[in-house]
Amino acid sequence: MAELCTNSAESSMRKLFSAVLKRDLLLSFRRKSDLVNPLIFFVMVATLFPLGVSPEPNFLAEVAPGVVWVAALLATLLSLDGIFRSDYEDGTLEQVILSPQPLMVVCLAKVIAHWMTTGLPLALMSPLLGVMLFLPATAMLGMVMSLLIGTLVLSLVGAIGAGLTVGLKRGGVLISLLVLPLYIPVLIFGSGAVQAAVAGLPLEGYLALLGAMLALGMVLAPFAISASVRISVSG
Amino acid sequence: MAGSSWLPRWFFQLASPRWCYDITGKLLPGFFVAAILLVVAGVVWALAFAPPDYQQGNSFRIMYLHVPSAILAQSCYMLMAVAGAVGLIWKIKVADMVAYACAPIGASIAVMALATGAIWGKPTWGSWWVWDARLTSMLILLFLYMGVMALYAAMDNESMAAKAASVLSLVGLVNIPIIKYSVEWWNTLHQPATFTLTEKPAMPIEMWLPLLVMVIGFYCFFSVSLMLRLRNEIIRRERRSGWVRELIASK
Repeated sequence: MAELCTNSAESSMRKLFSAVLKRDLLLSFRRKSDLVNPLIFFVMVATLFPLGVSPEPNFLAEVAPGVVWVAALLATLLSLDGIFRSDYEDGTLEQVILSPQPLMVVCLAKVIAHWMTTGLPLALMSPLLGVMLFLPATAMLGMVMSLLIGTLVLSLVGAIGAGLTVGLKRGGVLISLLVLPLYIPVLIFGSGAVQAAVAGLPLEGYLALLGAMLALGMVLAPFAISASVRISVSG
Repeated sequence: MAGSSWLPRWFFQLASPRWCYDITGKLLPGFFVAAILLVVAGVVWALAFAPPDYQQGNSFRIMYLHVPSAILAQSCYMLMAVAGAVGLIWKIKVADMVAYACAPIGASIAVMALATGAIWGKPTWGSWWVWDARLTSMLILLFLYMGVMALYAAMDNESMAAKAASVLSLVGLVNIPIIKYSVEWWNTLHQPATFTLTEKPAMPIEMWLPLLVMVIGFYCFFSVSLMLRLRNEIIRRERRSGWVRELIASK
């Protein structure tokens, strides 16, 4: 991180992006428990539904799209606080803000790293939950696709909340309050895509809408994330 | 000032807490009288003189509270986000205070819109709550208000809280149309449109004129409560400045 902040002029945005991405990925692979915890949580939440509501296969197959999506959403929410927390506490974030490089690029790289360590494994692991919840095999691809696109949107939007609450000691519940209402469209279209896949309907429309949200989030969210980080650090 | 040729002078003066306090002090009585007159006239007109609906009978009369509060809850959110943006961009303290004052008012009006909607829903739809597009998006609006209020409550530093809450309300503002349409499409995909009662039939003029009076009255009421909160907030935040000390000493 240190050399990244000092050699200013020649390091292009792409270099900066890949450096931050590599560093964040390396850091999360050094703490493997943090990497695995959201995945375990994902499976556990999905286990609660058969136990709490009904273990009957027909019922489970019907609610599976929603359950998988809600579980993925909660698992992402749980991991959001870690995006900026350790960098805030050891002062790295302050150095990044002081450096001449655009904060937006750093934030975007951190969000992508967060998605690669939470959303991506969640999406890849979701067929396991699909089997547990008797989701028809034809719907598996739709589920993985919708989760792949959707969890990146969740990471982008959630990073805004993480940035706003990083300066607070007790950010845990607050971040859910801030972020959950903003997650609703993603949940609607994500579980809609899986339901369409279950019913054998074309799901391109849902995936296109999720993709549109992703495009919008990719463009606009970095502004809000960097603004929120700046507020939290300078405040 | 370059802009003073097309904007009145008092408009710029609103940016100063002291002038804002003075100007709102002058505006307050007028809006207060207007709010009382319009709301009382609107309520009497709506409850006693407007004709009953041919299908819903008298139960539709709650519309005269429901519709204005639903409209107001949305405009209040927009005002909060715009004031937050103004405070964020031009660093105007009064704009921050306006945004701060908007949040609890908007949240209570959203609660009122939901409550009157539920009361109206019971006789007409047969249930207090349905997962209809409009109801759901209103509920999410209430959640957004609550998130903003929670953020204000969590931060001790006032200027930091103001900036953070404006960022959040701006993100919410971008998201509101997305939420609205997602909820509408979601609803129409999974439920047939049985609630045609929410779509207004071409209302006769005796029915919508009192509604118009009520809407304007609600806006006046909102201005009054916003100004009261804003004045309190100005006094509280500027309590160390000379003019507030003089004001308090003179009373």
